Amino acid sequence: MTAPSVVPAPAPPPHDELELLLRIGDDRLVLGHRLSEWCGHAPILEEDIALANVALDLLGQATLFLRRAGELEGQGRDEDALAYFREAVEFRNCLLVELPNGDFGFTIARQFLFDAFAVVTLDAMARSTSPELSALSAKSLKEATYHLRHSVEWVLKLGDGTDESHRRVQRALDELWRFTPELFVADGVAARLAVQGIGPDLPALRPRWDTMVREVIARATLTLPHDASHTPHLKGGRAGMHTEHLGHMLAEMQIVARSHPGAKW
Amino acid sequence: MSDALETTHLVGEQAATIAPDGQWPVWEVFTQSSQGAPHEHAGSLHATDAEHALQNARDVYARRGEAISLWVVPSAAITASSPGDSGPFFDPGADKAYRHPQFYKVPRGVRGL
Amino acid sequence: MSQARTLPPDDPAKVAAFEARIAAGESIEPKDWMPERYRRQLIRMMSQHAHSEIVGMLPEGNWITRAPSLRRKVALIAKVQDEAGHGLYIYCGTETLGVDRGELIQQLLDGTAKYSSIFNYPTLSWADIGVIGWFVDGAAIVNQTILAKASYGPYARAMIRVCKEENFHKRQGYEIVATLANGTPAQKAMVQDAVNRWWWPSLMMFGPSDTDSPNTAELIRWKVKRKTNDELRQRFVNLTVPQAVAVDLTLPDPELRFDPETEDWRFGPIDWDEFNQVIRGNGPCNRERLEARRRAHDDGAWVREAASAYAAKQRAKQASEAA
Repeated sequence: MTAPSVVPAPAPPPHDELELLLRIGDDRLVLGHRLSEWCGHAPILEEDIALANVALDLLGQATLFLRRAGELEGQGRDEDALAYFREAVEFRNCLLVELPNGDFGFTIARQFLFDAFAVVTLDAMARSTSPELSALSAKSLKEATYHLRHSVEWVLKLGDGTDESHRRVQRALDELWRFTPELFVADGVAARLAVQGIGPDLPALRPRWDTMVREVIARATLTLPHDASHTPHLKGGRAGMHTEHLGHMLAEMQIVARSHPGAKW
Repeated sequence: MSDALETTHLVGEQAATIAPDGQWPVWEVFTQSSQGAPHEHAGSLHATDAEHALQNARDVYARRGEAISLWVVPSAAITASSPGDSGPFFDPGADKAYRHPQFYKVPRGVRGL
Repeated sequence: MSQARTLPPDDPAKVAAFEARIAAGESIEPKDWMPERYRRQLIRMMSQHAHSEIVGMLPEGNWITRAPSLRRKVALIAKVQDEAGHGLYIYCGTETLGVDRGELIQQLLDGTAKYSSIFNYPTLSWADIGVIGWFVDGAAIVNQTILAKASYGPYARAMIRVCKEENFHKRQGYEIVATLANGTPAQKAMVQDAVNRWWWPSLMMFGPSDTDSPNTAELIRWKVKRKTNDELRQRFVNLTVPQAVAVDLTLPDPELRFDPETEDWRFGPIDWDEFNQVIRGNGPCNRERLEARRRAHDDGAWVREAASAYAAKQRAKQASEAA
């Protein structure tokens, strides 16, 4: 009997709804973690506190969505087991959130694009036919609305501030834009869930997001490409095909937990 | 607040001037803890305009749910009585007992007064 | 603090009246007359305190990205966030004495301002996070509960807010310590090692022995300081030793013993050479701490300027629309 020469891929999750919960939870876990990297390093004390608030809200949401995912999976995994003991290829976050923070302009631009996405999708999911998803989404929507207010304010300040701030945030948007189409792609899972009224109809939500984003960008005296179809866009996060950044991030995030398997903290 | 302690009468427009090095002006924050309660002074913070000050105030002074309402005021917009005023400014009140409910005798048993 | 200027000596009658107010337990407010020396001592004390909160975010912030559970992660972020908040409250309180926050921050970054020596030590394991909450916040609480009755109103009020939040920090720290002490052998060894490294620096937090502390007498007369360094240090030791015993951890002091007469836990000699080296800038992390703060400040300059520029543009727009 020879040993297998290839490590078997993890089994695909049994439910579409489980898949959706992982996507929503992982988006927030990864973004919350990225934002927490700013603690102690923000441009001014008031902003250190503000960014930490957003990080805390996102991690709180991640906890709830991942906990629900674990329950649905039915294998005894809780939110910590999912957060700390999955490999990068098992994560279901979009690529946008796993990128390194860059400068404050990059962080704010990314936050703005995500917050707008969160508001339109959570708003739709608050009407989900799944009662758990509906309740979690309604609660998270309140926080997302507040986050969007904060990131819009900063996009305006940076876009219409000094020449330097304008340059930096414009450059950030130029780099980030190709990561946005992934947010609204409906693969098989998303399409089936939308038909059942459980998950959001992502392509249908895109125009609303696009309008919101373009309105703020224009007010901030910034520009965006007119037509996303000519911009090469990156995807794969929903299927576990991430950038190299996620592996490094998880190595740091998971190291203590993985060094003491089975331990309580 | 940042200049001589004696200055009391800066108003409105002077409030949000920009100091060198992009220093943001100071705002005073008042929070209301529950319905019907008065707004109380919670502290101060730095912000560039009113909306910004309000956002920061919520993050700094109300993130534990201690407030249902916030007021922010540029520090320089606050006019304060001087400690030296206390005699003529405040004393006349102390001997005018008729301003206090206890001055008036009311018949026993009458409620709602 | 901002410019060197020669002042006329304070009017002795005014000083006497001021000291009588303090003796009567009155609160001094920003617009009240105060001796220049009082004002300067307060600026020094308050800004040092604020600097300590800000620098204190760094050793604990060091473990946010590695916190081993979601619950611990959010609790740690909230704690570090509270420290930013404390720094902010106290800087704002200091500003009521006629100095700009920017000026104070510049002093910190230039290396001319002091901050608590404890934050110049590195956090080397997750257990350090628990022990810091237990020892360092514990020591700070002993200090701050007294400061809540300080004679200067804005400082006392800031302290009340700080103390409320700090109680959660200490409890959180001790809970981590207890969990580790009752955990796997590796976890227990981790927390004992952290205790061994943080105990003595925590005792040094209370400052030099009173015989070596030049400011104490005056500060006590002005009710800015309410107890001596040694009194506070002893109180901290008395509180903490039973807590260590309760979780079966030892403290790295072979001379530690209970004195039934005074009901104090007597402890061994503190290495003041180490303390002096650390406050002189030669501690393990002094340079890194200041470097991190300088970088945050410098990297953030364009952001602060942008916000100011945007506000100015908005005001100009509103002014021309109103015209």
